[in-house]
Amino acid sequence: MDGTLVSTNIVHAFLYNAKNQQGVLKSIVKTAATVASIPLFLGADLYNRRLLNDLFFMRYKGESEDRLRYLADELFESAIRPSIFPGAYELVEKSKEMGLRQVLVTGALDLTVRPLAEHLGLDDYVTNRLEFVDGVATGRLLPPVMAAATKASWMRTYAERETLSLSDCYAYSDSMSDLPMLSIVGHPTAVNPDFRLRATARQHDWPVLDLR
Amino acid sequence: MRERVPKIVRGPTPRRKEDDQVVYIDTNSAPRILFSGEDLLLEDLPIGTRVVYPKPPIEGLANPGAAIRYALNHPLGTEPLYAQLAPGMKVTIAVDDISMPLPPMVTPDVRQTIIEILLEMLDANGIDDVHIIIATSLHRRQTKAEMKRMVGAKIFDAFYPDRYYNHDAEDPDGMVNLGVTAHNEVVNINRRAAESDLVIYVNINFVPMNGGHKSMAVGLCDYQSLRAHHEPETIRQSDSYMDPKRSMLATKIGRMGALVDEHMKVFHIETALNNRMYAGATAFLAKNEDEFTEFDRMKFEGMRWTLSKLPPAAKRKLFQSIPAPYQMIACHAGKTEPVHEKIVERCFEQYAVNVRGQADILICGIPFISPYNVNSILNPLLVQVMALGYFHNMYRGQPVLKKGGVMIITHPCLDEFDHNHHPSYIEFFNRLLPETRDAMKLRHKYEEEFAHNPSYIEMYRRGNAYHGAHPFFMWYWGENGRQHVGHVIVAGAKNAHVPAMLGWQSAESVTEAIAMARGIVGPSPEITLMHHPPIVMMDVE
Repeated sequence: MDGTLVSTNIVHAFLYNAKNQQGVLKSIVKTAATVASIPLFLGADLYNRRLLNDLFFMRYKGESEDRLRYLADELFESAIRPSIFPGAYELVEKSKEMGLRQVLVTGALDLTVRPLAEHLGLDDYVTNRLEFVDGVATGRLLPPVMAAATKASWMRTYAERETLSLSDCYAYSDSMSDLPMLSIVGHPTAVNPDFRLRATARQHDWPVLDLR
Repeated sequence: MRERVPKIVRGPTPRRKEDDQVVYIDTNSAPRILFSGEDLLLEDLPIGTRVVYPKPPIEGLANPGAAIRYALNHPLGTEPLYAQLAPGMKVTIAVDDISMPLPPMVTPDVRQTIIEILLEMLDANGIDDVHIIIATSLHRRQTKAEMKRMVGAKIFDAFYPDRYYNHDAEDPDGMVNLGVTAHNEVVNINRRAAESDLVIYVNINFVPMNGGHKSMAVGLCDYQSLRAHHEPETIRQSDSYMDPKRSMLATKIGRMGALVDEHMKVFHIETALNNRMYAGATAFLAKNEDEFTEFDRMKFEGMRWTLSKLPPAAKRKLFQSIPAPYQMIACHAGKTEPVHEKIVERCFEQYAVNVRGQADILICGIPFISPYNVNSILNPLLVQVMALGYFHNMYRGQPVLKKGGVMIITHPCLDEFDHNHHPSYIEFFNRLLPETRDAMKLRHKYEEEFAHNPSYIEMYRRGNAYHGAHPFFMWYWGENGRQHVGHVIVAGAKNAHVPAMLGWQSAESVTEAIAMARGIVGPSPEITLMHHPPIVMMDVE
């Protein structure tokens, strides 16, 4: 989702939450801590998307579920919706015309993904989910954690359950970390790809799209 | 290259006199130059081989601007353009895309000259609402630089991007339906053009297949309209598609174009160019090798040596950076059919060479360029379209090759595709061709899947990719060639699998290919070499 359909990413979502803490001081501290961690996130993302997720979602520890849900709608309207790539609407529309089922497979949180999926009229989505105990986030993710090969594995299971042929499926991603997911479908496409994915797509003769 | 003696004392008299452009190889003949992609080959051909050269360029019009103005003021079948203009009108200028002429011509492009005159005239008549649309149909979008080169900086700066843009056949709001023909062919057309008070179409008629009703009915249509005639059966019934009178393709497009003319006011401006493809340092490429001077030979050897040292991409860049010094030899304006008739007549005057009798073996050097790879790679499917499509169809009357004969082509056939321009070609070549080469099966089983593939649509609309259905059209384009030619042998292919995927045989050299062909058609074949470039069409008796 992030970088493929919208220009925001999970850090934007967390920053939005950080900025909207109850209390100015708390907001400043949380925002500053998040900003200071950005180099760490970038490094972790380059190394392993799973590591990034682990590090990143830890920061949600102590947040209340109600508040996160409440902020998610605001986040969508103020940050995510304006960041949807113009081509994303067309891509979704064209694939609907083709009779394809739309499934969003993302490492973002369900709280932030739901409004987007509804907005784009997608059929299904699978996301990462925070673990809440007594309505408070523990900072851990509920399994399965959606990243890298887990996405591919989930897609296999989904296809089997829904009796879909993966060779007839299309997959779109912007990141090299999604290579497993791209590799298992018949029609993989790199979207707004980073350098590594672009090079890989070229090597495999996959289409490369720019939806920006 | 061996020393040549003057032509008048050279060898025996040719066996049969045909056109001046037809030469027979004898004992003293020079080896012939053949394009092999971005390389030049020098081949000794068997004695008796008939070599068909293009006609020399017809002298260009001395003052193209005056000729254009004359055509606008003395149109065929309609009122002069100025009499059709009124202040406040909505006017669209549609213009042929970069697929012609080949290679792109020296600037100013004929299109620039015409559009400059048109804009002056429109401005003088108080018309401000003018859009310029490049009639790309399902071809790739032209890049900003290509668009600028085509119309010049002044027009580009004034109109780009809001009023000078590429046609978009996949824009859901950008197309309108004009109805269906009596044969159920759906006619969809660019909305801006359809809603204009007047459309002025600016054409370059590079091959006789182009222009006429094809300008509007194809250039500004969408996939649904195009698939009515871009299909194998229509191509099989076109004998050839370069001969409008015997082309089912032209017939179908004519029906659809007539519907366009019923609903829209279209003023056509068509031009014919001469075939001065090369001049200056490369002019020798269009000459008869028997008439080469020492300097020509030096230039050829120098060029061949340089090309042998360069990687394919650099050679491509080198060739594609040499613009062709084409000149306009005719300009007519007015109603679709009378204008087109005059221009096609002029085209044939430039291209048609009389030849007597068919050949058992036809040899063609495949050059580095086709209408579909300007500034790009001539990939295997485009090699196919050049051989079985364009070159096979360059005839009137009957094909130069006998039915079931052997076509020998020279090309390295590298397994190389442009990811930005031809993404769907890659899938077509690697996924579909190993399953079938049957055009009917490909159309019915896979064409729509490719045409509606969301990735290909987005790459067509936002990138510079040919439409997802385009590789199918390229395959169909070779369909009457495939039905007619018995065997295709590629001389000098750098791999075995590309010719095999296309259903062709391979040979190390032209000599080996001819030996193989003799094994098929018999030991004493009639051999013909079509000497390209530039363009040659054959009137085969």
